[in-house]
Amino acid sequence: MTSDQEAVAGKRRGESGTDTTSAPSVGARRHLLSVSDLGAEGIEEVLRVADAFVEVSKRDIPKVPALRGKTVVTLFVEESTRTKLSFETAAKRLSADVLSFNASSSSLKKGESLRDTVETVAAMGVDAFVVRHSAAGAPAAVARWVDTCVLNAGDGWHEHPTQALLDCCTIRQVLAERDGRAPAETGVECFKGLRVAIVGDVRHSRVARSSVLAFGALGARVTLVAPGTLLPPAVEAWPVAGVSHDLDEVLPQTDVCYLLRLQGERGAGRFLPSVREYAAAYGLNARRAATLADGALVMHPGPMNRGVEIADEVPDLPGSVILRQVANGVAVRMAVLFMLLGTPQGKSPAGALAGLEDAWETSGA
Amino acid sequence: MPEPTEVPPVTHRGAARVPGTVPTVVVRGGTVIDESGQRRADVVCSGGTVSAVGEGLEVPSGATVLDAGGCLVVPGLVDLHVHLREPGNEDAECIDTGARAAALGGFTAVVAMPNTDPPLDNAAVASEVLALGAGAVCKIAVAGTITVGRAGERLAPMGELADLGVRLFTDDGAGVQDSGVMRRALEYARGLGVTLAEHCEDRALAPGAAMHEGEWSSRLGVPGVPAEAEELMVARDIALVRLTKGRLHLLHLSSAGSVALLGAAKAEGLAVTGEVTPHHLAFTDAELADYDTAFKVYPPLRTAADVAALRKGCVAGTVDAIATDHAPHRPEAKDVPLADAAPGMLGLETALAVVLGALCGGEGSPLHIPSGEQLSRLSTRDVVGLMSWRPARIAQMALCQGGDQGGPITPGVPANLCVFDPTESWVVDPLRMASRSRNTPWAGRKLTGRVRHTICAGEPVVVGAEAQR
Repeated sequence: MTSDQEAVAGKRRGESGTDTTSAPSVGARRHLLSVSDLGAEGIEEVLRVADAFVEVSKRDIPKVPALRGKTVVTLFVEESTRTKLSFETAAKRLSADVLSFNASSSSLKKGESLRDTVETVAAMGVDAFVVRHSAAGAPAAVARWVDTCVLNAGDGWHEHPTQALLDCCTIRQVLAERDGRAPAETGVECFKGLRVAIVGDVRHSRVARSSVLAFGALGARVTLVAPGTLLPPAVEAWPVAGVSHDLDEVLPQTDVCYLLRLQGERGAGRFLPSVREYAAAYGLNARRAATLADGALVMHPGPMNRGVEIADEVPDLPGSVILRQVANGVAVRMAVLFMLLGTPQGKSPAGALAGLEDAWETSGA
Repeated sequence: MPEPTEVPPVTHRGAARVPGTVPTVVVRGGTVIDESGQRRADVVCSGGTVSAVGEGLEVPSGATVLDAGGCLVVPGLVDLHVHLREPGNEDAECIDTGARAAALGGFTAVVAMPNTDPPLDNAAVASEVLALGAGAVCKIAVAGTITVGRAGERLAPMGELADLGVRLFTDDGAGVQDSGVMRRALEYARGLGVTLAEHCEDRALAPGAAMHEGEWSSRLGVPGVPAEAEELMVARDIALVRLTKGRLHLLHLSSAGSVALLGAAKAEGLAVTGEVTPHHLAFTDAELADYDTAFKVYPPLRTAADVAALRKGCVAGTVDAIATDHAPHRPEAKDVPLADAAPGMLGLETALAVVLGALCGGEGSPLHIPSGEQLSRLSTRDVVGLMSWRPARIAQMALCQGGDQGGPITPGVPANLCVFDPTESWVVDPLRMASRSRNTPWAGRKLTGRVRHTICAGEPVVVGAEAQR
């Protein structure tokens, strides 16, 4: 699947007419549309840069001048609170100017097309679009229309790459801490053979699509756990180790239990007889959590439906890292923005990062 | 491209043909292929009919000579399935521009689909379209709707439409979902001697679908429609034909299962025919990997195995016709995210080259799609059959049915001819297309096989790959 998708990414690059040899990059690319744009090396690079920003986030003044003078537009055509705030916080901590675009009060409501909207904003001179849209592929379309860097902040059921990256960042951070090591020292070894169960509405989940690609690229063994109606079509072609309809059977062999949000409408009878029946079979409660493998982590991309996919007591269990995911979200988005916008021409992200350290010193932060 | 020795005068664009004013035309130096076979021959057309066929014929004085060196001279192509958008969406296409696109593609007759606005569900609208088409550069036939407003509920006035000469009825754009309605429609149509044409899809299996449901849709996170949604309705309609003894034409079949069902129905002796489109013979759903809306069509592009089965269906004779499903759309209908994009692509001006590449090219063709099995190549004559005399019969336009399409090319028959060079390569330039729309997936791509001249009712409407009016 990777070679196909690389071909796809290549086609995309070609069409946007950009010269990628000298452009700033994430994994040698100018946009972040899919986790498959990165590959294992690209993911590792993002994690390495993110760890540096985790450290920045802990300072008294958690701000660096890395993107001073750059303008980042958050184009959220589909409503979102946490992802938008997270991206805007990340951009501001990098000293970028942030233009926030609100679909509900915008020209889109007046009938302007997405393309015209995007071209209009781009004409004002911006450096990046962070795009959230209910249609899969909308960020790819934006990337074709304008000569500006595009970050996918969630498109339909397709992907939510920064979510998967922050999940990887969180897992590595926690496992490294347990070993008493710095995350960077561990590389991505901790993912080899890691048993991850992704539980819930995989079919309609952009988080699942990105996570499966990211975890898979790093060597984890992913099992999808869901009722048949919530599994994606052609699931046999997904790069996963297994598919199960029995959460209780999977939990003892699980190191990371990743719960997906169940939208209430799925319980209305077309996909599930009821939310109650789903919660009984697939909800993680304390009793079930106790059967997880030793030291297992519980993760959730949020927002949670307490009492549905996750029982009220579970987020407070020691294995739960849900709030750390949120905290790392900012650092990971800083990393991605920095790598796409802040790396000087011809310089590798690592080299640029070293330069950034100088910038921190001179900024007096 | 050799220049024709004499070019007929250019009339005003869109101006109607005046009967009796068509010049005498000699198509010289080509190879004539029709249902009866193949031979080197010149063809002389005068007064709208073929007046002589043979080698080294004398050029009558004042005749226009069209060079057909290296070309095949075949009966004009017939397209059972085009969307001309008039009335209602003239920004995307009009009858005039669609007809010109057809002529450039070698077609001398097309069947306009009735999903216009208003739809062709009554004699008034159908007459209007027929009147608008009367002066066009190719014959414009129309299909009527099966149900009023294409709503799938009440039968459209098929009798009054049949009186206007309508021979195909379809709710294309949607299948008739209610089996009871379809049964009654087949029974009623039987008494009129007309054919129902179905866009097969069980809509309950396709909520929000923008592509084929499979590996690619799953990966791309795009709602898909499985092949089974088409196959269920194909199977249902075949059962209803068995029940009613009606006559059915299956539009744009896209899946291996549908072709198998069509083959079984034919083996059983049922009056069922089926068409496939050039794009379903040439592309798979992998084309959507980049969310390129040019490849969003309805029914969707499917897998390599489906493409192979459609090609095999053409080779085996199970598939009766190639039809373009020419579906023009304005840029603003395509320059949107995939989910919001209008389905459909242009087809008329590229069809012949695409089909030649897909069915005659073999593994050396740029249109070859590996499927793990060896496919026989189709002869050029069989391809022309799929695009000319076989669809002509389905539309009841063939000579033996009192019509004027599909050949043979012999003295006395109406002069509807397509002259094409099967070896000429050309690069598709959307800006040079005659259609009002530009939504071709072939933009910038090289195709082999090009229409040089088209003669419609004796008039050279395309000469040297240029429309004459």
